[in-house]
Amino acid sequence: MSESVMTRDKNMSKGMGRSPAESHAPKGEGLRGFMSSSRSDYLLLAIFALAILTMPIWLAPIGAGYPDILQKFAIFGIFALGFNILFGFSGYLSFGHAAFLGTGSYAAVWMFKLLSMNALIALIFAIAVAGVFALLIGYVSLRRSGIYFSILTLAFAQMSYNLAYSVLTPITNGETGLQVSGSDPRILDHMFGSPSGRGTPDFFGMELQGWPGFYFCAILLILAFFLTMRIRNSTFGLMLFAIKSNQNRMNYTGFATRPYLLAAFVISGMYAGLAGGLLAVTDPLAGADRMQWTASGEVVLMTILGGVGTLLGPVIGAAVMKYLEQIFSSFNEGFLHRAFDFLPSGLQDFMVTIVSPFVGEGWHLTLGLMFMLVVIFLPGGIMEGLRRVSGRFKGDRGAADTAAHAGH
Amino acid sequence: MAETPPARSLEIGRAVLVPTLTQRLAEAPARKVADTSLGKPNGADDAARRCTRIFQTSAEGSLVGSMDAIILQILNGLDKGGAYALIALGLTLIFGTLGVVNFAHGALFMLGAFCAVTFSRLLTISERVRDESVTFFEAYKEIPYLTLWYGDTGQAIVDWAVPLSILLAIPVMVLIGFAMERGLIRFFYKRSHAEQILVTFGLAIVLQEIVKYFFGANPIPMTAPPALAGSADIGALVGASNISYPMWRIVYFLFSLAVISMVFAFLQLTTFGMVVRAGMADRETVGLLGINIGRKFTIVFGIASAVAGLAGVMYTPILAPNYHLGMDFLVLSFVVVVVGGMGSLPGAVLAGFLLGILQSLASMTEIKSIVPGIDQIIIYLVAVVVLLVRPRGLMGRRGVMEA
Repeated sequence: MSESVMTRDKNMSKGMGRSPAESHAPKGEGLRGFMSSSRSDYLLLAIFALAILTMPIWLAPIGAGYPDILQKFAIFGIFALGFNILFGFSGYLSFGHAAFLGTGSYAAVWMFKLLSMNALIALIFAIAVAGVFALLIGYVSLRRSGIYFSILTLAFAQMSYNLAYSVLTPITNGETGLQVSGSDPRILDHMFGSPSGRGTPDFFGMELQGWPGFYFCAILLILAFFLTMRIRNSTFGLMLFAIKSNQNRMNYTGFATRPYLLAAFVISGMYAGLAGGLLAVTDPLAGADRMQWTASGEVVLMTILGGVGTLLGPVIGAAVMKYLEQIFSSFNEGFLHRAFDFLPSGLQDFMVTIVSPFVGEGWHLTLGLMFMLVVIFLPGGIMEGLRRVSGRFKGDRGAADTAAHAGH
Repeated sequence: MAETPPARSLEIGRAVLVPTLTQRLAEAPARKVADTSLGKPNGADDAARRCTRIFQTSAEGSLVGSMDAIILQILNGLDKGGAYALIALGLTLIFGTLGVVNFAHGALFMLGAFCAVTFSRLLTISERVRDESVTFFEAYKEIPYLTLWYGDTGQAIVDWAVPLSILLAIPVMVLIGFAMERGLIRFFYKRSHAEQILVTFGLAIVLQEIVKYFFGANPIPMTAPPALAGSADIGALVGASNISYPMWRIVYFLFSLAVISMVFAFLQLTTFGMVVRAGMADRETVGLLGINIGRKFTIVFGIASAVAGLAGVMYTPILAPNYHLGMDFLVLSFVVVVVGGMGSLPGAVLAGFLLGILQSLASMTEIKSIVPGIDQIIIYLVAVVVLLVRPRGLMGRRGVMEA
């Protein structure tokens, strides 16, 4: 057991996600990896935190240096991190995670309406409600595995979506969506004599719009990242990896795998609830379309795009996807004509005709194609791509060594 | 055409069958919301409320009335169940032969529906001719070339566009199936189920966006042939009084039965079918006997794709097709497959009809007044109960998809 921990940590220190069964490192090397692992973990965390907090500076040149989109990066990063705890660590593909995102949003908006506009209360409640909801759904869905599990979670998500639109209208306000209004009770706000009638959430008086909003989300993202790292390094995380590599063997060895899976499911549901709550904090409005299967598919794509089972991958995937969505859906024909301005006019029209179905309204077409291309050619996502590139450099040196040995 | 309220243009036989309309309209909000570009919410809601009121007053009458209503709902369930059964049958065929979970199967259903749309548009390519009946000013109307050239025969062909488009749909859908299997799915046999799900899911998005690009986002209403567009009095058949029911829905039910029996006959009675069944049981051994089982399975994929396509073609007069029609049906069809038992063809058919009927019964006003919203979730509830009680599904076998 301890050997696998070490091997995995060694892999981790490179930032790669490989299940223990895949790597066969010699013990001494593993030990060295283990000794340095906690330090390199904190180094990774520090670099990550620095990168996230300085995003406004280094993302400005590509036109993403404004709070709205950075907030989205952070929120969907949390969502994908949580999804990765389930899918990446244990291999269980849930197709209904958007249900927890939606539940989190509804829960947060209800707290804004009933108790207080303070984001902290709303987020805690959102996490709790999404956790309970995930416990219920996970308890039933996890009785099966493989595609049964995927289909069951998809069915539950669609069920929640349908209910949110129809019967649960008193709670969800149907298709209009749940909103805060001036006439809400807001018991705590009134009790403490806070100014009533504010339409925007705050964090103990700090308005969460614009830059403060981004930093609020970013700090939560860093906390979520830290927690994911701890989960990954724990025995619990190791259990999940073992379930992924061979669940039968786990069962035969006498481990009850389901409690671990259920715990992972609930934790990832809570992450989704937090993300949903944050969506409500940045814009106090919750609609059922957040629960639709397209939203579930989106988080799967983010995770895959970044790299399933890796620590950094999901966050990168979420950011890349939200960024592409932002730029692709904002293009229109006029913009394309300007973009292809350098071409002769016949060719320019031709290019515009070719490209225009993929942008603006047609952004989903690009999304679908991207989905397919990533799954077909790069199942390990961006992290896999990075490793291949770095492997190419190292591989050249290795190949040269081998050649030298062969020459002797 | 554009001014007709969406709920009306979507349905046939609306005047005769208030309960059906009520049930369909109850589903309308979900559909409408999913397609925001439809943008006529109030009209549909009003109509729904009005119809519910009419239905309630008429149902308050007698026990006979409620019996009739139950029979009507069972009939409603049969045609919907037919669609579920056909899609689930194709899914199970593909899964049983190739071991691939095809999330793009709903998209195939949708493509079939749009085959019908394309075919009827081809038939109604029209010329503007002077309208002689209007004498005050110069008026023009569009008359299909077919009518101009062949008179009444041509008009009959135009009227029967939907059933005739089967002729176009079968080769097109089989080709699409071949292309999908050879071009994409072939490379995913050795990869995990999760990756199969993801790549076919991506394909489904791509297909539906392509259809949206060419046909727009709004539902395209299609009409049944005039001879079958009315309603039939089937009360005499079942010994109850005076139940009239849209003829096309009965046609759809019979059609689905015919297709299902053809698929079963093909698998049970022909040599080809025997080889396919043997391949489903043990692919390796069949391969060792010198049979190119891969090619047979490609053909099975084509058949499954054609079955889904035909289900879509014939469903167009019941529900106006739009680009995300496939996904709406896919989720339910997967539930059907799971309830029936993964890999079991009879299970898929049985569960399809069963869930279709249950869903219709649950949308009766009497039942909804006891458990509100039950019609929205009944299928999922049944799936949960079945999976808890019989984890392999109704007719699932041991050893299929246990892991």
